[in-house]
Amino acid sequence: MSQSPAPLPFIDALRDAAGVRLPGSGQAWLDTVRRENLETFLADGLPDTRTEAWKYTALRALGQRRFAQGDPDAATRAFDPRALGLPGVDGPRLVFVNGVFRADLSRLDGLPAGLTLQPLSQVLERDPEPLRFALSRRYREAGDAFARLNTALAGDGVMLRVAAGARISKPVQLCFVGVPASGDLAWHVRNVIEVGEGARLDLVEHHLHDAPHKHLGTLVTDLVLQNDAHLQHVQLQNAAEESVLIRRGSLHLGARSQAALHVLELGGGLVRHDLHAEMRGDQARLDTRGVFVLRGRQHLDTQLSIRHQALNTASESIWRGVADERARGVFRGAIVVAEGADGSDASLSNKNLLLSSLAEIDTKPELEIYADEVKAAHGATVGQLDERALFYLRSRGLPYAEARALLTAAFCRAVFTSLPNETLRDHFSEALLAHLP
Amino acid sequence: MLKIENLHARVEGKDILKGLSLTVNPGEVHAIMGPNGAGKSTLGNVLSGRDGYEVTEGSVIFEGRDLLALEPEERAAAGVFLAFQYPVEIPGVNNTYFLRAALNAQRKQRGEPELDSMQFLKLVREKLKIMQISDELLHRAVNEGFSGGEKKRNEIFQMAVLEPKLAILDETDSGLDIDALKQVSQGVNALRSADRSFLVITHYQRLLDYIEPDFVHVLAEGRIVESGDKTLALKLEEHGYAWVAERDPAEVRA
Repeated sequence: MSQSPAPLPFIDALRDAAGVRLPGSGQAWLDTVRRENLETFLADGLPDTRTEAWKYTALRALGQRRFAQGDPDAATRAFDPRALGLPGVDGPRLVFVNGVFRADLSRLDGLPAGLTLQPLSQVLERDPEPLRFALSRRYREAGDAFARLNTALAGDGVMLRVAAGARISKPVQLCFVGVPASGDLAWHVRNVIEVGEGARLDLVEHHLHDAPHKHLGTLVTDLVLQNDAHLQHVQLQNAAEESVLIRRGSLHLGARSQAALHVLELGGGLVRHDLHAEMRGDQARLDTRGVFVLRGRQHLDTQLSIRHQALNTASESIWRGVADERARGVFRGAIVVAEGADGSDASLSNKNLLLSSLAEIDTKPELEIYADEVKAAHGATVGQLDERALFYLRSRGLPYAEARALLTAAFCRAVFTSLPNETLRDHFSEALLAHLP
Repeated sequence: MLKIENLHARVEGKDILKGLSLTVNPGEVHAIMGPNGAGKSTLGNVLSGRDGYEVTEGSVIFEGRDLLALEPEERAAAGVFLAFQYPVEIPGVNNTYFLRAALNAQRKQRGEPELDSMQFLKLVREKLKIMQISDELLHRAVNEGFSGGEKKRNEIFQMAVLEPKLAILDETDSGLDIDALKQVSQGVNALRSADRSFLVITHYQRLLDYIEPDFVHVLAEGRIVESGDKTLALKLEEHGYAWVAERDPAEVRA
């Protein structure tokens, strides 16, 4: 290994991180897991564009930046809780400010029977043993550098369990708020979520900010659906314009379980979202819907990977991307139908819209099939607004900007028609329109 | 209301309109007839401000304003409406929502108060008496999956709601069976008034049986080569467009 004499500022700033006390520090196994992951991260550094998973997202500029680890003042930073409100979402709520749990902003009274919802920091301090398996997970892929960093440094997050058979009627809201600090800081959040056998959960993941800042946030989320479980998972990402947000989700689906994911990504300066789904039980079903709308110099990279590895499983994915000004979007959707996963039905559609000649979107659908009797379809396009439609709307009196926004919103709408929460669906449309320049 | 003088226009480097002049007064219905390729649709597109149509000479004054200097949406707000020969399908945009947005955008540009959804629905119900379209079409995406006749009726319905001063019907009869043609024509006739003018662009005389024009103009090779009353359309129907071309220009002018 060649050790560079002048390490990247990003890496250099992490040298002292090993000594920082985190919730759960002192637990031998946890200390070991954290230390090993940090050492691996420091040794390997940030992935470069030669790593396939990071081919279209260069981290050179990030490597030159220095982040303070964690926010010691997160517990007392002022934040207006009204900003947390989402129409159609009025259930329990867990709020994190700069990666730290905030009881004062959260809503944890009178949780419905069968729902366990706690900040990870509390679980780690009291009894981390039940999380040992989840938190000891090794991320071996070269592209998973941030998952290793997260494992090394995450001290807080969500611990959510739905007991077998429990039906949680109100959506559970998870809020991740970025708030300015005296400098740029990095926070790391780890979420462990399990929906028990036959249980149902509505989850709303909301990323938001109150003022401009340039923090780095990483989130690693493990979601497990036991047999016959149902999950509705909505993600609204409206992070600060120049912030860096790196998320990695893994989703395991048991037999006959069903998960539906709806993602709207609007914010952030450099955004990465990896989702690894594994259909582990027969007849599991996964629907993913997502859209990003980018402007300015935003860069967003979505990496969707769905693995069918049981009988008669189904997945349907519809993703849209819109890039204006000098924004850059990346979508990679990989579907693997493993050997023996006969009767799988997989489809993936990714359509993209460029609103400016300086914007760019790269899309890469991939399909690997090793089983028999498989139905699989995928398609990807990158195009521009239909000039005829634009003129039609303008000829009826709609100004150019309004006509453009209307067509762009229409282009994205297919992604949300399947969102059952109608109020939230309307809010998504409005948020999307408001984000267009 | 509309004064076109010596209009020359070019599409993709090709001269299409070559000195077209036409004056339309309030309340008049002018039919523009002509063979394929004469420049009929180009005229409609130039008047409504479509991209790709380059005016190289001449002027168009609408209600005292230089129409050619206005953006398409400004022309709409000023009162120009083009009923498209091929109405565009716009998936994902609800027909009623679109129409309300368009009407309010026009009202806003004119400095008039916007209509709320109750006021708009009342207006829609009123206009449905003029041009009947089904509730289902009202709530579908704009023109998406509409039949040819439904698309044309939707155009006339939009016209009824937007209440333009000048309506340009671009081959509105194309692709319509006789029943649909009658319905569309009835809608247009119901909208005729002393201060609303029409430019009816058509290839066939048939439409003019139902929408009776005050004037008929023959457009050939980018210019109006003959003008007359509605009987001119009948002569054309009888003799074909070759009849105009074969006649002595002096005779035409007479």
